[in-house]
Amino acid sequence: MTALMHTWFMTVRHLRALMRQPWWIAISLVQPITYLLLYGQVFSRIVELPGFHAPNYVTYVTPGIVIMMALFGGGWNGMGIIAEIDRGVMDRFLVAPVSRAAIIAGRLVQMSIITVVQAAMMLGLGWVLGARFEGGFTGLAVLMLCAVLVALPFGALSNAMALVIRRQESVIGASNFILLPMTFLSPVFMAPTLMPRWVQRVSLVNPVAWSVETARSALSAHADWRLIGTRLVWLAALGLASAWLAARAFRSYQKSI
Amino acid sequence: MKELAIEARDLVKTYPGNVRALDELSFAVAGGTIFGLLGPNGAGKSTTVKVLNTLTRPDSGVARVGGLDVIRQPDAVRHAIGSVAQRSGVDVNASGRENLTLQGRFHGLGGAELKTRVASLLDRFLLTPAADREARTYSGGMQRKLDVAMGLIHRPRVLFLDEPTTGLDPEARSDLWKEITRLAHDDGITVLLTTHYLEEADRLAHRLAIVDRGRVVAEGTPDALKGELSGDAVQIELSETPGDSAVAALLSSVRTVHDVTVTGSTVRARADHGGSAVPAMITALEAGGARVSSVRVTRPSLDDVYLRHTGRTFNEADQA
Repeated sequence: MTALMHTWFMTVRHLRALMRQPWWIAISLVQPITYLLLYGQVFSRIVELPGFHAPNYVTYVTPGIVIMMALFGGGWNGMGIIAEIDRGVMDRFLVAPVSRAAIIAGRLVQMSIITVVQAAMMLGLGWVLGARFEGGFTGLAVLMLCAVLVALPFGALSNAMALVIRRQESVIGASNFILLPMTFLSPVFMAPTLMPRWVQRVSLVNPVAWSVETARSALSAHADWRLIGTRLVWLAALGLASAWLAARAFRSYQKSI
Repeated sequence: MKELAIEARDLVKTYPGNVRALDELSFAVAGGTIFGLLGPNGAGKSTTVKVLNTLTRPDSGVARVGGLDVIRQPDAVRHAIGSVAQRSGVDVNASGRENLTLQGRFHGLGGAELKTRVASLLDRFLLTPAADREARTYSGGMQRKLDVAMGLIHRPRVLFLDEPTTGLDPEARSDLWKEITRLAHDDGITVLLTTHYLEEADRLAHRLAIVDRGRVVAEGTPDALKGELSGDAVQIELSETPGDSAVAALLSSVRTVHDVTVTGSTVRARADHGGSAVPAMITALEAGGARVSSVRVTRPSLDDVYLRHTGRTFNEADQA
């Protein structure tokens, strides 16, 4: 109970800090719009390739970009914790009776809320640009769930990495190294059957691929619920494993003080 | 003797690379008093505070705060203490009021009670006009005050202040000194203060421990520690001198003076009572053909105490 309350206090604290940064809000609005317009235009004729089954590219790429934004949102989440360690804010919480879990959980809940809001915005824009989803409300709900289930494990891993490395430059390097390949080794932009065979194989173990496929299936007219169910379980399991790692990283930080 | 508010016994803490930050450090603090840990940078003061406020665990030794064991009952200790670290712990993206409110919530406060408590602390630390501004706009002195206010939100019995005035301008420093004195005198809070300012320890602390290389090398009231040094320091400048050995010989006739050293025109000596020894010293010197141009008598300082117990001057140790 205390842990839940403390998590909520932390969530509010992080949300409020972001809401006070007009530049952050502007960039978070403009970035997904740019991605959707840019990728939607540049690759628009891909759908004409034989074997690419999609009514139009915007319909295909919108859920992909929603997941990509969720991945990036999670992947960069650990940066904030380094700033808080450097400023002494972290230690201040640790000498108070603050639920230890809430310190990380609060960051992840805030990130999940932003992921959902951003996803809703992109879906609206996608609709304006001509994206149409037959899966209806259920499909959209599954997409949101997928986005959150990608953001959570990568958010937890990013925090774990930040707690162990504790240097912003190094974490930026590592995140860049991981996040972009994760995106392109998945069917975010390209139909899986048209990707090189080795990429298809790699994407089988890529959580980004799991969630993009799950979301697209749920949004289509013929949702494959078996596929959706198993992939969601995999994503949730990954989330739990990442949370465990983050908790261990947190303990290693505490030991280092 | 009041009950002990803080008790540290044989604390040892080693950091990776075989850095022995605490080397069987022990001391005790009576309730309601201000206790100073004085030492140069790297002496182990901050590590001591981190052990006592549950931030880190010692390798061995026993520590109790407010009767609670910091290793076995860390959560109970956290409820009983306030702690202000050397680095500010203020969230600069939140306002002063939000920082205080959040801290209060974590201590289980809420509702109207918390609101009034926050308002009264803002008032007490003269932060009310800035209460709803983001803390990033605060001056260093204001952030420090907010830091201390955050440490007091839950009315702790023991307050840790780790180098509270480092980096503050003289005005902000003297403001904070007044506030710290008030905490112990009016509110009955036990304050453990670390500092590497001799003057600060001298002014604020009822008792102090001098820490060097992870150990307590001397402990007592500032006056008692200074009293261990016999007498005042007398420094006489000469405008005419009959020679070093002649001057020393002249002063040997003054019985209350000892430890005389002469280097050219400067004479240094110690005297049990500097003020009353000076006339006799001048008479003896002038009778022997020396001319005195100036005299200075100083009380022993904590710097002298430090020198005596560690063999280094404080500044040497601080820069090492």
